[in-house]
Amino acid sequence: MDIAAYDPLNETPYQILDAQGKVILDHWEQSLSDSELIEAFKNMLFVRQFDTMAISYQRQGRMYTYPPNLGQEALSVASGSVLQKTDWMVPSVREMGAWYMKGVSLKELFLYYRGHEIAQRFEQANRIMPITVPIASQIPHAAGVGYGIKFHGEKAVVLTFIGDGGTSEGDFHEALNFAAVWKVPLITVIQNNHYAISLPVHKQTASKTLAAKSLSYGMPGIRVDGNDYIAMHEVLSGSIDYARQGNGPVLIEALTYRRGAHTTSDDPKKYRTQEEEQEWEPKDPVNRLRSFLVHKNIWNPDEEAELIEGYRKEIDTQFLEAEQYPPHSLDDVFAYMFSELPPELEAQKQEYQDYLNATAQEPQK
Amino acid sequence: MSRKKYSVAIRDVIAEEMRSDPSVFVMGEDIGALGGVFGCTRDLQKEFGKNRVRDTPIAEAGYVGTGIGAALTGMRPILDFMYLDFVYVAMDQLLNQAAKLRYMYGGRATLPLVVRGQQGIGRGNAGTHSQSVEAFFTHIPGFKVAMPSTASDAAGLLRTAIRDNNPVMFIEHKALYASSEEVPDDPNFAIPFGKAAVRRQGKDVTIIATSLMVGRALEAAEALSKEGIEAEVIDPRTLLPLDLDTMLKSIEKTGRAVVVHEAHKNNGVGAEIASQIMEAGFKFLDAPVVRLGAKACTLPFSLVLENAVVPGVDDIHEAAKQVCYK
Repeated sequence: MDIAAYDPLNETPYQILDAQGKVILDHWEQSLSDSELIEAFKNMLFVRQFDTMAISYQRQGRMYTYPPNLGQEALSVASGSVLQKTDWMVPSVREMGAWYMKGVSLKELFLYYRGHEIAQRFEQANRIMPITVPIASQIPHAAGVGYGIKFHGEKAVVLTFIGDGGTSEGDFHEALNFAAVWKVPLITVIQNNHYAISLPVHKQTASKTLAAKSLSYGMPGIRVDGNDYIAMHEVLSGSIDYARQGNGPVLIEALTYRRGAHTTSDDPKKYRTQEEEQEWEPKDPVNRLRSFLVHKNIWNPDEEAELIEGYRKEIDTQFLEAEQYPPHSLDDVFAYMFSELPPELEAQKQEYQDYLNATAQEPQK
Repeated sequence: MSRKKYSVAIRDVIAEEMRSDPSVFVMGEDIGALGGVFGCTRDLQKEFGKNRVRDTPIAEAGYVGTGIGAALTGMRPILDFMYLDFVYVAMDQLLNQAAKLRYMYGGRATLPLVVRGQQGIGRGNAGTHSQSVEAFFTHIPGFKVAMPSTASDAAGLLRTAIRDNNPVMFIEHKALYASSEEVPDDPNFAIPFGKAAVRRQGKDVTIIATSLMVGRALEAAEALSKEGIEAEVIDPRTLLPLDLDTMLKSIEKTGRAVVVHEAHKNNGVGAEIASQIMEAGFKFLDAPVVRLGAKACTLPFSLVLENAVVPGVDDIHEAAKQVCYK
């Protein structure tokens, strides 16, 4: 698709499937193969299992605070699937599907949410930054990665995520401005899930759309139905083609809805109605792609139960591996501050080691 | 050796490092055609082009953040701050991102960033353009902090900073830019971090001074000498790492110490240095360590008042006599 041809002020998102999984465009040709769509559906199903199980582990006291992804799986799986191995990803916090598609292992994610920062080395994945919990601080990094890509003369692109809330931050503005002026190959995906924790999007901005912000930077912008896997995939592919050809950055506003809480420490009942939550339930991305596949007679939903059982076993195995990972070592505290251990830290580490040695020798009371 | 101004020494080292390492580049405001408001990047864009001497829009958080991103792709950014007072608008990127990313990435990220610029009094630039910012960067772990007081040190320390694989806050002084001295021509001349310079030998009192205050401490030492007090003047050169050993060695001899900086005295680096001296060298001390620093007020616009609120030669002189009980 020609991404530059879209009007970022258009409030009606680019959409291919309706809530029932029926194609709403007149002259639409399926660009992904049936098997690619089935694969995408399975990945979304897998991510949903991971997500619900992660919440359970957290509730069991086996993980720290976790940000649920329920309802946002289509856009994240699509984002991860369009990137090549040499492309960069600069994450935010709620796009599990993208990290998974980029090669991050579940064990690493579980380890991270159990407090092991070393898991963020993401050894299996190429060119991915760590999860970024502060809001919007990752967007300048992504623009800088884009600058590096351009400087090195690579054909790669960089894709980053931000929530609707993050678009109010100065970092978002500064980074997009830099990216456009320097024409770097940056794709910024705004996950507009309608809430910045508790603040609804209409109280965050007076803009008609978040995509509209692209106009002020001089880059293409498009609002897309982020719960429509196929639409999302087309928009991402078009944006990446545009950026890879050296035309500069693109801003994508993906409309979605955070069906769960902001994090496992949040209670959405305090700031939104049940009616609203129910209104979004039928627009769920997993159900929508399933319906499309069933209409096409290429998917039998009866097979899902067995599939899910297998996924859950695999996820649990990886969680148990993370749980059995050795406890923290002193190096976890000191070794990663600088590329070498400075004398001050060396001394503090030794002091700590002496303390540990001394207490280890004390008889147990 | 060539006689060079402090600002020229800085410019020349940047140029030499850019010539020898194609991943080194400079980003900042008005550094290209203008060559920097203080001339520290003069003519660099002519030699290295617009991609390696990159003028940025006015957005400090933006270029620190993009510098971090570029570093992750293997580049070695030098981030030019016109005034270091402007770090405040980039603090999240500096202290929450640059300082922490390596740790939070489990050591996978290498961030060879140099953040450099000038600070301090001397031009009557008023409250938002005359401050000293070092304490912010010595408090939050993640940066190394260098504060050269001479042209030669500026050259040697900057080369070390550019070649270091960690974020470095490189703090120059606007009132020192015009000072000059002989600077080694060797394109590998580097001064290691964590090695203090003993600027003057003395047996009676140790004066620890940074940046602009080094010159004032030396002036005070000359005056003290006429009164029979021989002061040893130590310039730590880097605050992180801090060369406590050289200071303790001096204090073992003198038994007395004055710590002086231009930054506010309250919660300043001087408090840290004085504490470290007392923790490690209390047995050497014949008098309490005295700290000198700017008053806890906004730096005034007036050059007269500016000088009145930061330590002067007389203040250092008096403090040295005080610890000598004279």
